[in-house]
Amino acid sequence: MNNRLINWFKFASPATFYPLAGKMIPWFVALSVVFGAAGLYLGMFVAPTDFQQGEGYRIIFIHVPASWMSMFIYLVMAFWAALGLAFNTRLSGMMATALAPTGALMAFLSLWTGALWGKPMWGTWWVWDARLTSELILLFLYIGFIALQSAIDDPRRADKAGAVLALVGVVNIPIIYFSVKWWNTLHQGASVSLTKSPSMAATMLWAMLLVALCFWMYSIAVALGRARNIMLERERHTEWVRQLLAGKES
Amino acid sequence: MHWNSASEFFAMGGYAFYVWGSFGVTALIMAVEPIIVARRRKNLLSRLKRQITAENLAQRSEES
Repeated sequence: MNNRLINWFKFASPATFYPLAGKMIPWFVALSVVFGAAGLYLGMFVAPTDFQQGEGYRIIFIHVPASWMSMFIYLVMAFWAALGLAFNTRLSGMMATALAPTGALMAFLSLWTGALWGKPMWGTWWVWDARLTSELILLFLYIGFIALQSAIDDPRRADKAGAVLALVGVVNIPIIYFSVKWWNTLHQGASVSLTKSPSMAATMLWAMLLVALCFWMYSIAVALGRARNIMLERERHTEWVRQLLAGKES
Repeated sequence: MHWNSASEFFAMGGYAFYVWGSFGVTALIMAVEPIIVARRRKNLLSRLKRQITAENLAQRSEES
Protein backbone atom coordinates (compact mmCIF):
# COMPACT_ATOMS: atom_id res chain seq x y z
CA MET A 1 0.00 0.00 0.00
CA ASN A 2 2.69 2.41 1.08
CA ASN A 3 4.88 1.26 -1.75
CA ARG A 4 2.13 1.94 -4.27
CA LEU A 5 1.66 5.47 -3.01
CA ILE A 6 5.31 6.26 -3.49
CA ASN A 7 5.25 4.91 -7.02
CA TRP A 8 2.27 7.09 -7.92
CA PHE A 9 3.98 10.21 -6.73
CA LYS A 10 7.13 9.27 -8.60
CA PHE A 11 5.03 8.91 -11.74
CA ALA A 12 3.50 12.32 -11.05
CA SER A 13 6.88 14.05 -11.11
CA PRO A 14 7.60 15.90 -14.36
CA ALA A 15 11.13 14.42 -14.56
CA THR A 16 9.60 10.94 -14.92
CA PHE A 17 6.55 11.94 -16.88
CA TYR A 18 8.33 14.03 -19.51
CA PRO A 19 10.23 11.16 -21.23
CA LEU A 20 7.27 8.80 -20.77
CA ALA A 21 4.93 11.25 -22.53
CA GLY A 22 7.50 11.64 -25.30
CA LYS A 23 7.48 7.90 -25.90
CA MET A 24 3.67 7.69 -25.84
CA ILE A 25 2.91 10.50 -28.30
CA PRO A 26 3.86 8.62 -31.54
CA TRP A 27 1.59 5.72 -30.52
CA PHE A 28 -1.39 7.98 -29.96
CA VAL A 29 -0.72 9.72 -33.28
CA ALA A 30 -0.59 6.36 -35.07
CA LEU A 31 -3.81 5.17 -33.41
CA SER A 32 -5.51 8.45 -34.28
CA VAL A 33 -4.58 8.09 -37.96
CA VAL A 34 -5.76 4.46 -38.10
CA PHE A 35 -9.08 5.15 -36.36
CA GLY A 36 -9.59 8.29 -38.43
CA ALA A 37 -8.95 6.56 -41.74
CA ALA A 38 -11.26 3.67 -40.86
CA GLY A 39 -14.01 5.95 -39.52
CA LEU A 40 -13.94 8.32 -42.49
CA TYR A 41 -13.91 5.43 -44.95
CA LEU A 42 -16.98 3.94 -43.31
CA GLY A 43 -18.69 7.30 -42.93
CA MET A 44 -17.97 8.79 -46.33
CA PHE A 45 -17.89 5.74 -48.62
CA VAL A 46 -19.84 2.91 -47.02
CA ALA A 47 -22.63 4.54 -45.01
CA PRO A 48 -25.77 4.99 -47.13
CA THR A 49 -27.71 8.20 -47.76
CA ASP A 50 -30.04 9.29 -44.97
CA PHE A 51 -33.67 9.03 -46.07
CA GLN A 52 -34.54 12.40 -44.51
CA GLN A 53 -31.37 14.50 -44.66
CA GLY A 54 -29.76 13.17 -47.84
CA GLU A 55 -25.97 13.44 -47.84
CA GLY A 56 -26.00 16.43 -45.48
CA TYR A 57 -26.25 14.15 -42.47
CA ARG A 58 -22.59 13.11 -42.97
CA ILE A 59 -21.61 16.14 -40.89
CA ILE A 60 -22.64 13.94 -37.96
CA PHE A 61 -19.36 12.01 -38.27
CA ILE A 62 -17.41 14.98 -36.98
CA HIS A 63 -20.11 16.97 -35.19
CA VAL A 64 -20.93 14.30 -32.61
CA PRO A 65 -17.31 13.22 -31.89
CA ALA A 66 -16.23 16.88 -31.53
CA SER A 67 -19.13 17.56 -29.16
CA TRP A 68 -18.37 14.48 -27.07
CA MET A 69 -14.70 15.41 -26.85
CA SER A 70 -15.48 19.01 -25.88
CA MET A 71 -17.45 17.74 -22.88
CA PHE A 72 -15.11 14.86 -22.03
CA ILE A 73 -11.97 17.01 -22.15
CA TYR A 74 -13.65 19.46 -19.79
CA LEU A 75 -14.34 16.65 -17.31
CA VAL A 76 -10.73 15.44 -17.51
CA MET A 77 -9.48 19.01 -17.12
CA ALA A 78 -11.67 19.52 -14.05
CA PHE A 79 -10.47 16.18 -12.65
CA TRP A 80 -6.82 17.27 -12.92
CA ALA A 81 -7.74 20.67 -11.49
CA ALA A 82 -9.40 19.03 -8.47
CA LEU A 83 -6.41 16.74 -8.00
CA GLY A 84 -4.11 19.74 -8.09
CA LEU A 85 -6.17 21.60 -5.49
CA ALA A 86 -6.36 18.57 -3.21
CA PHE A 87 -2.77 17.29 -3.38
CA ASN A 88 -0.90 20.32 -4.68
CA THR A 89 0.96 18.17 -7.23
CA ARG A 90 2.87 20.01 -9.93
CA LEU A 91 1.80 17.76 -12.76
CA SER A 92 -1.96 18.20 -12.24
CA GLY A 93 -1.98 21.90 -13.00
CA MET A 94 0.19 21.38 -16.06
CA MET A 95 -2.19 18.74 -17.42
CA ALA A 96 -5.24 20.96 -16.89
CA THR A 97 -3.50 23.85 -18.64
CA ALA A 98 -2.42 21.58 -21.51
CA LEU A 99 -5.96 20.29 -22.10
CA ALA A 100 -7.78 23.62 -22.23
CA PRO A 101 -6.84 24.80 -25.77
CA THR A 102 -7.70 21.43 -27.31
CA GLY A 103 -11.02 21.42 -25.46
CA ALA A 104 -11.75 24.92 -26.68
CA LEU A 105 -11.05 23.88 -30.27
CA MET A 106 -13.36 20.87 -29.92
CA ALA A 107 -16.13 23.11 -28.55
CA PHE A 108 -15.57 25.50 -31.45
CA LEU A 109 -15.71 22.63 -33.97
CA SER A 110 -18.91 21.38 -32.37
CA LEU A 111 -20.53 24.80 -32.82
CA TRP A 112 -19.07 25.32 -36.30
CA THR A 113 -20.18 21.99 -37.71
CA GLY A 114 -23.49 22.41 -35.89
CA ALA A 115 -24.08 25.75 -37.62
CA LEU A 116 -23.22 24.24 -41.01
CA TRP A 117 -25.62 21.42 -40.30
CA GLY A 118 -28.36 23.66 -38.91
CA LYS A 119 -28.47 25.96 -41.94
CA PRO A 120 -29.65 23.38 -44.49
CA MET A 121 -31.74 21.30 -42.05
CA TRP A 122 -33.36 23.91 -39.77
CA GLY A 123 -32.96 26.91 -42.07
CA THR A 124 -30.82 28.83 -39.59
CA TRP A 125 -27.15 28.95 -38.56
CA TRP A 126 -27.95 29.55 -34.94
CA VAL A 127 -30.81 29.53 -32.45
CA TRP A 128 -30.68 30.39 -28.77
CA ASP A 129 -31.86 26.98 -27.72
CA ALA A 130 -30.72 25.11 -24.63
CA ARG A 131 -28.29 22.68 -26.29
CA LEU A 132 -26.59 25.28 -28.47
CA THR A 133 -26.42 27.96 -25.77
CA SER A 134 -24.95 25.62 -23.14
CA GLU A 135 -22.31 24.43 -25.65
CA LEU A 136 -21.45 28.08 -26.35
CA ILE A 137 -21.07 28.60 -22.59
CA LEU A 138 -18.67 25.64 -22.57
CA LEU A 139 -16.52 27.39 -25.19
CA PHE A 140 -16.57 30.55 -23.04
CA LEU A 141 -15.56 28.51 -19.98
CA TYR A 142 -12.53 27.17 -21.85
CA ILE A 143 -11.61 30.66 -23.06
CA GLY A 144 -12.14 32.06 -19.56
CA PHE A 145 -9.90 29.35 -18.07
CA ILE A 146 -7.11 30.10 -20.58
CA ALA A 147 -7.44 33.87 -20.12
CA LEU A 148 -7.50 33.66 -16.32
CA GLN A 149 -4.40 31.45 -16.23
CA SER A 150 -2.45 33.63 -18.61
CA ALA A 151 -3.37 36.75 -16.61
CA ILE A 152 -1.61 35.42 -13.48
CA ASP A 153 2.18 35.41 -13.55
CA ASP A 154 2.85 32.90 -10.77
CA PRO A 155 2.10 29.47 -12.31
CA ARG A 156 1.06 27.87 -8.99
CA ARG A 157 -1.45 30.65 -8.33
CA ALA A 158 -2.63 30.50 -11.94
CA ASP A 159 -3.22 26.76 -11.50
CA LYS A 160 -5.29 27.31 -8.36
CA ALA A 161 -7.41 30.11 -9.80
CA GLY A 162 -7.97 28.10 -12.99
CA ALA A 163 -8.85 25.00 -10.98
CA VAL A 164 -11.60 26.82 -9.09
CA LEU A 165 -13.05 28.15 -12.35
CA ALA A 166 -12.85 24.70 -13.97
CA LEU A 167 -14.62 23.07 -11.01
CA VAL A 168 -17.41 25.64 -10.88
CA GLY A 169 -17.90 25.22 -14.62
CA VAL A 170 -18.43 21.46 -14.32
CA VAL A 171 -22.10 22.17 -13.57
CA ASN A 172 -22.48 23.08 -17.25
CA ILE A 173 -21.59 19.57 -18.50
CA PRO A 174 -24.77 17.76 -17.32
CA ILE A 175 -26.76 20.78 -18.50
CA ILE A 176 -25.39 20.30 -22.04
CA TYR A 177 -25.86 16.57 -21.92
CA PHE A 178 -29.43 16.54 -20.64
CA SER A 179 -30.56 19.77 -22.31
CA VAL A 180 -32.35 17.88 -25.08
CA LYS A 181 -34.36 16.00 -22.44
CA TRP A 182 -34.97 18.80 -19.96
CA TRP A 183 -36.07 21.46 -22.44
CA ASN A 184 -38.00 21.45 -25.64
CA THR A 185 -35.23 22.22 -28.13
CA LEU A 186 -34.74 22.35 -31.86
CA HIS A 187 -31.72 20.10 -31.48
CA GLN A 188 -32.48 16.45 -32.09
CA GLY A 189 -32.24 13.90 -29.30
CA ALA A 190 -30.05 10.82 -29.48
CA SER A 191 -28.15 11.07 -32.77
CA VAL A 192 -28.18 7.45 -33.76
CA SER A 193 -30.66 4.96 -32.42
CA LEU A 194 -30.13 1.24 -32.67
CA THR A 195 -33.84 0.66 -33.21
CA LYS A 196 -33.80 2.00 -36.79
CA SER A 197 -33.05 -0.32 -39.69
CA PRO A 198 -30.17 -2.22 -38.08
CA SER A 199 -27.55 -2.48 -40.86
CA MET A 200 -27.68 1.23 -41.61
CA ALA A 201 -27.63 2.32 -37.99
CA ALA A 202 -24.73 -0.04 -37.33
CA THR A 203 -22.55 1.39 -40.14
CA MET A 204 -23.28 4.94 -39.04
CA LEU A 205 -22.69 4.16 -35.40
CA TRP A 206 -19.38 2.43 -36.14
CA ALA A 207 -18.18 5.30 -38.31
CA MET A 208 -19.07 7.77 -35.57
CA LEU A 209 -17.41 5.72 -32.83
CA LEU A 210 -14.23 5.29 -34.90
CA VAL A 211 -13.98 9.02 -35.59
CA ALA A 212 -14.64 9.65 -31.88
CA LEU A 213 -11.72 7.33 -31.04
CA CYS A 214 -9.60 9.20 -33.60
CA PHE A 215 -10.44 12.54 -31.93
CA TRP A 216 -9.75 11.01 -28.55
CA MET A 217 -6.28 9.78 -29.51
CA TYR A 218 -5.57 13.09 -31.26
CA SER A 219 -6.53 15.03 -28.13
CA ILE A 220 -4.30 12.88 -25.91
CA ALA A 221 -1.34 13.24 -28.29
CA VAL A 222 -1.61 16.99 -28.68
CA ALA A 223 -2.31 17.57 -24.95
CA LEU A 224 0.72 15.46 -24.00
CA GLY A 225 2.84 17.47 -26.43
CA ARG A 226 1.61 20.70 -24.91
CA ALA A 227 2.14 19.35 -21.37
CA ARG A 228 5.75 18.58 -22.28
CA ASN A 229 6.24 22.18 -23.40
CA ILE A 230 4.74 23.46 -20.16
CA MET A 231 6.99 21.14 -18.14
CA LEU A 232 10.12 22.42 -19.89
CA GLU A 233 9.06 26.02 -19.47
CA ARG A 234 8.12 25.79 -15.80
CA GLU A 235 10.95 23.50 -14.71
CA ARG A 236 13.72 25.17 -16.73
CA HIS A 237 15.76 25.88 -13.61
CA THR A 238 15.69 22.30 -12.33
CA GLU A 239 18.44 19.74 -12.66
CA TRP A 240 16.52 17.31 -14.88
CA VAL A 241 15.83 19.90 -17.57
CA ARG A 242 19.48 20.94 -17.54
CA GLN A 243 20.60 17.34 -17.91
CA LEU A 244 18.09 16.80 -20.68
CA LEU A 245 19.27 19.83 -22.61
CA ALA A 246 22.93 18.97 -22.05
CA GLY A 247 22.25 15.48 -23.42
CA LYS A 248 20.50 16.92 -26.49
CA GLU A 249 23.39 19.26 -27.22
CA SER A 250 26.01 16.61 -27.73
CA MET B 1 -18.90 1.70 -52.54
CA HIS B 2 -21.70 4.19 -52.20
CA TRP B 3 -20.75 6.69 -54.94
CA ASN B 4 -20.87 6.31 -58.73
CA SER B 5 -18.29 8.98 -59.55
CA ALA B 6 -15.84 11.36 -57.92
CA SER B 7 -17.89 14.41 -58.87
CA GLU B 8 -20.93 12.87 -57.23
CA PHE B 9 -18.87 12.35 -54.08
CA PHE B 10 -17.70 15.96 -54.04
CA ALA B 11 -21.19 17.27 -54.74
CA MET B 12 -22.52 15.51 -51.60
CA GLY B 13 -26.05 15.49 -52.99
CA GLY B 14 -26.15 19.29 -53.03
CA TYR B 15 -24.79 19.68 -49.50
CA ALA B 16 -21.17 20.17 -50.64
CA PHE B 17 -20.74 23.58 -49.00
CA TYR B 18 -22.01 22.39 -45.62
CA VAL B 19 -20.31 18.99 -45.56
CA TRP B 20 -16.93 20.14 -46.90
CA GLY B 21 -17.12 23.33 -44.84
CA SER B 22 -17.37 21.14 -41.74
CA PHE B 23 -14.71 18.62 -42.72
CA GLY B 24 -12.36 21.26 -44.13
CA VAL B 25 -12.28 23.45 -41.03
CA THR B 26 -11.89 20.37 -38.81
CA ALA B 27 -8.96 19.12 -40.90
CA LEU B 28 -7.38 22.59 -40.87
CA ILE B 29 -7.60 22.89 -37.09
CA MET B 30 -6.28 19.37 -36.55
CA ALA B 31 -3.33 20.12 -38.84
CA VAL B 32 -2.49 23.55 -37.41
CA GLU B 33 -2.77 22.76 -33.68
CA PRO B 34 0.04 20.14 -33.67
CA ILE B 35 2.21 22.45 -35.80
CA ILE B 36 1.80 25.24 -33.23
CA VAL B 37 2.70 22.87 -30.38
CA ALA B 38 5.75 21.52 -32.26
CA ARG B 39 6.97 25.00 -33.19
CA ARG B 40 6.63 26.16 -29.60
CA ARG B 41 8.69 23.19 -28.48
CA LYS B 42 11.42 24.01 -31.00
CA ASN B 43 11.59 27.65 -29.92
CA LEU B 44 11.56 26.69 -26.26
CA LEU B 45 14.40 24.18 -26.65
CA SER B 46 16.66 26.57 -28.54
CA ARG B 47 15.94 29.38 -26.05
CA LEU B 48 16.70 27.21 -23.03
CA LYS B 49 19.87 25.86 -24.65
CA ARG B 50 21.07 29.39 -25.36
CA GLN B 51 20.39 30.37 -21.75
CA ILE B 52 22.42 27.47 -20.43
CA THR B 53 25.31 28.18 -22.82
CA ALA B 54 25.31 31.82 -21.73
CA GLU B 55 25.35 30.83 -18.07
CA ASN B 56 28.22 28.39 -18.65
CA LEU B 57 30.23 31.06 -20.47
CA ALA B 58 29.63 33.55 -17.65
CA GLN B 59 30.78 30.95 -15.14
CA ARG B 60 33.92 30.17 -17.11
CA SER B 61 34.92 33.84 -17.46
CA GLU B 62 34.42 34.26 -13.72
CA GLU B 63 36.76 31.35 -13.02
CA SER B 64 39.54 32.57 -15.28
